[in-house]
Amino acid sequence: MADSVAVISGMIIEKLLANPKVPRDIDGNSKIVEDLAFDSLAVMNFVMEIEDELDVSVPLDKLADIRTINDLAACLHTLKVAHA
Amino acid sequence: MTDIFAKHAGLREAYSGLTAASPRNPFEVVIERPISASVGIIEGRETLLFGTNNYLGLSQSRKAIDAAVETAETMGVGTTGSRIANGTFGLHRKLEAQLADFFGRKHCMVFSTGYQANLGTISALVNKDDILLLDADSHASIYDGAKLSGAQVIRFRHNDPVDLEKRLARLKDHPGAKLIIAEGIYSMTGNVAPLDKFVDIKTRHGAYLMADEAHSFGVLGAHGRGVAEMQDCEDGIDFIVGTFSKSLGTVGGYCVTDHDGVDLMRLCSRPYMFTASLPPEIIAATMAALEDMQERPELRARLQENAARLHAGLQKVGLKTGEHVSPVVAVTLETVDQAVGFWNALLENGVYVNLSLPPATPDNRPLLRCSVMAAHSPEEIDRAVAVFGEVAKHFGL
Repeated sequence: MADSVAVISGMIIEKLLANPKVPRDIDGNSKIVEDLAFDSLAVMNFVMEIEDELDVSVPLDKLADIRTINDLAACLHTLKVAHA
Repeated sequence: MTDIFAKHAGLREAYSGLTAASPRNPFEVVIERPISASVGIIEGRETLLFGTNNYLGLSQSRKAIDAAVETAETMGVGTTGSRIANGTFGLHRKLEAQLADFFGRKHCMVFSTGYQANLGTISALVNKDDILLLDADSHASIYDGAKLSGAQVIRFRHNDPVDLEKRLARLKDHPGAKLIIAEGIYSMTGNVAPLDKFVDIKTRHGAYLMADEAHSFGVLGAHGRGVAEMQDCEDGIDFIVGTFSKSLGTVGGYCVTDHDGVDLMRLCSRPYMFTASLPPEIIAATMAALEDMQERPELRARLQENAARLHAGLQKVGLKTGEHVSPVVAVTLETVDQAVGFWNALLENGVYVNLSLPPATPDNRPLLRCSVMAAHSPEEIDRAVAVFGEVAKHFGL
């Protein structure tokens, strides 16, 4: 069964916190570009790591609408369900 | 009134920080004039050029210069129009035939720049119902072409056939056409793509494969047809795109293919149609440079020797370079401040290289991108390596 949005969101946060440069106080509502200071390339590269974890591919146009960690989790969840 | 430039605030801050820390603006270097392929005047000094894409030195080809002069004298200096209106001269068709013949392909389209060759080819080949699979380190022109096409874009890990195959497998039920795009030599790092492995994968998964040989055309392969020729997999590459502005020393781009469907691309590729065609003297110079390249295979042999000499030399003085020996040799440094200081010191000591900063670099670290030419003498390479060594010592590297 596909993981829930909350589980995916938790997994993203855990992965992000493995990077010492990421602020410690992030949560699902943290904005990826503004709060994490990720540039466009860093976002794409980070998404690539998550893709492997969940065995999905996120088309780049989907990233344009993603602002928060929860947005990313919801997008990954939708793709995971569609792929299942 | 909303400040139309407000969106550039972050860029302005980064730019100001960079230029404040540097005695000169790295983005405003002026080559006052080239005095040969390998030496130019910068800040009034003779400077060794190790940051061009003039791999065979053909920007100074006598044959190309004479062809350009003669053509400008007889045909004028511009076409003033689109290829599909008044901008196709006999010369444009001749160059297309010459390139198709060189690559052993049925068709060739010539574009006004290499950037437009990618934009024009990608945007005409795929649309929103299709999937593009791009190497993660693709050039901006590939990403921009992808955006213009409206196709769904999926990145695969740089030079990683296993990752590409995994992503194609996830798409097995997708009804759209799938186009994989990789470069021959990557412009920032000099890495060489495993095109032969990508051919196996695209065949297994029913996808198309496009290779951008911008930096490998004229450089690799027994005849200079690039990485596909070197890896003996040309038959498996559906579309080869490239540029005249590297090894041929002029400007312009091309796409060659055996697919007959490409004929209609001339009527739906916006970057091909809605721009002026290349001026006749550039076409003539390009044709002459292509002949020069074919007549002088020794240029390619010398280029490989020079690439190996520079690569080994930079490693010997303790600098971190990529593993591939190619005419692009990138020295990786850790911080932007270090890279800016190093780059300025090189220039002050008579060596020009390219300063490449994140996010335009693959792994978020700055690069000093060096490129070598057939026209460099062994002494010029040794001099550049010696300067690199002295500067590295000065910076405690």
